[in-house]
Amino acid sequence: MGRRTPLYDLHVAAGARMVDFGGWDMPVGYGSQIEEHRAVRRDAGMFDVSHMCVVDLRGAGVRPLLLRLLANDVGRLTAPGKALYSCMLRPDGGVIDDLIACYLDEKWFRVVVNAGTADKDLAWMKEHARQIGVAVVARRDLAIVAVQGPNARAKVMPLLPESARAAAGALGSFFGAVSDDEWFVSRTGYTGEDGFEVALPSEAAAGFWTALQAAGVASCGLGARDTLRLEAGMNLYGNDMDETVTPLESGLAWTVVLEGTRDFIGRAALTKQRDAGVARQLAGLLLEDRGVLRAHQKVFAGAAGEGEVTSGTFSPTLERSIALARLPAAAVGRVEVDIRGKRVPSRIVKPPFARHGKARIDL
Amino acid sequence: MSQTPADLRYTKSHEWLRKLPDGTIEVGITDHAQQSLGDLVFVEVPEPGRHVAAGDACAVVESVKAASDIYSPVAGEVTAGNPKLATEPELVNRDPYGEGWIMRVKPSGGAATETLDAPAYEAVAAAGG
Repeated sequence: MGRRTPLYDLHVAAGARMVDFGGWDMPVGYGSQIEEHRAVRRDAGMFDVSHMCVVDLRGAGVRPLLLRLLANDVGRLTAPGKALYSCMLRPDGGVIDDLIACYLDEKWFRVVVNAGTADKDLAWMKEHARQIGVAVVARRDLAIVAVQGPNARAKVMPLLPESARAAAGALGSFFGAVSDDEWFVSRTGYTGEDGFEVALPSEAAAGFWTALQAAGVASCGLGARDTLRLEAGMNLYGNDMDETVTPLESGLAWTVVLEGTRDFIGRAALTKQRDAGVARQLAGLLLEDRGVLRAHQKVFAGAAGEGEVTSGTFSPTLERSIALARLPAAAVGRVEVDIRGKRVPSRIVKPPFARHGKARIDL
Repeated sequence: MSQTPADLRYTKSHEWLRKLPDGTIEVGITDHAQQSLGDLVFVEVPEPGRHVAAGDACAVVESVKAASDIYSPVAGEVTAGNPKLATEPELVNRDPYGEGWIMRVKPSGGAATETLDAPAYEAVAAAGG
């Protein structure tokens, strides 16, 4: 038996299909995955993401700590509440995890990390925080509900406690705010739609979930979350990148700040890789024929060499199959993918595939 | 709960069989199977005229989650693949024992796959088979 979120009983009662995800028993879907996906693209859907871990970093040295630990530059976070997506790297440039860091005040940053990597992330952060006098506290007392879709914010607003409502209503994209009673609302997500991610005290989670349901927000599982994030061109840690690859090989060069002299862990390795020429890319693929691209299928890129699909699915928005694949840097144009023993033509495209309800690539 | 009509035969690999008046066998996947697969997005059916042995993989159903082979439960000649599934794969989800049929095979009398009645199949499905 895996770990359970505070919403576990509600998922089971709703008939969700439960699966193991990073050691947690999580709902993969409640019925039709495609309908859940469309609810988010067209209206509003909610996800229990309480398996993800909120981590508070507190102390006068917190900004210097994150300047060192993260490949993206928290020096850019000057407005309180502003958040940033970043990789946390090993000295050799391998990705320990990807996370969102939110600047709350000069002595307090909050980061949200993946479930499967939380233990090693905490150990890594604590090891570096100790030297600099920063406290690292995993907030397992908080549940997280992501509410996403064009109508998500409007449906969430009236259900927030009075204490959190005004600040939530004023949030710009990629900003977050914490209320006195520990509701942390941020305008972030993993679907390519507008919305909120709400971290809240565990004991308030069931009431919030039920109220959202009554407001017409569709319950969505990890299955729909995966097709939504892939359409939005977002990486999944463990599939699209891990400790064996760098952000530069993972479509995440835009999150790495090498300008200036900031001495972050992994910098030397990334500089060296960049100067030598990055040999691999994480590319988007659009299947030109029928079938479904799936992780681990082999990709043939002609003279450029071979690669592998890292995430693949059927895109409900495009009604075609899409994927992310790690390919030789020289691969361009058309490739072939081995789908169950048949080589099927696919086209290299630039993600995102879809965002804000609309296709973003030509079919 | 999934449906398992009593008038059909079943395989352990989750196909159902219906004997049609002309002696051909209509094959599809069970309600339990379509629920496990989730939303189907592609179905590949065999061409009429194809000769198959019992246990041959001759159709593929792909859902958002997974691809799965469909095996012919009898030896014989394919007389039809369901033409509607090319554009409406969701028929298998909506009506697995009716409009979502996958293929029809005219048996040639060779070896056939072991089949089960509805209660025996339900036991297989309940055991997570």
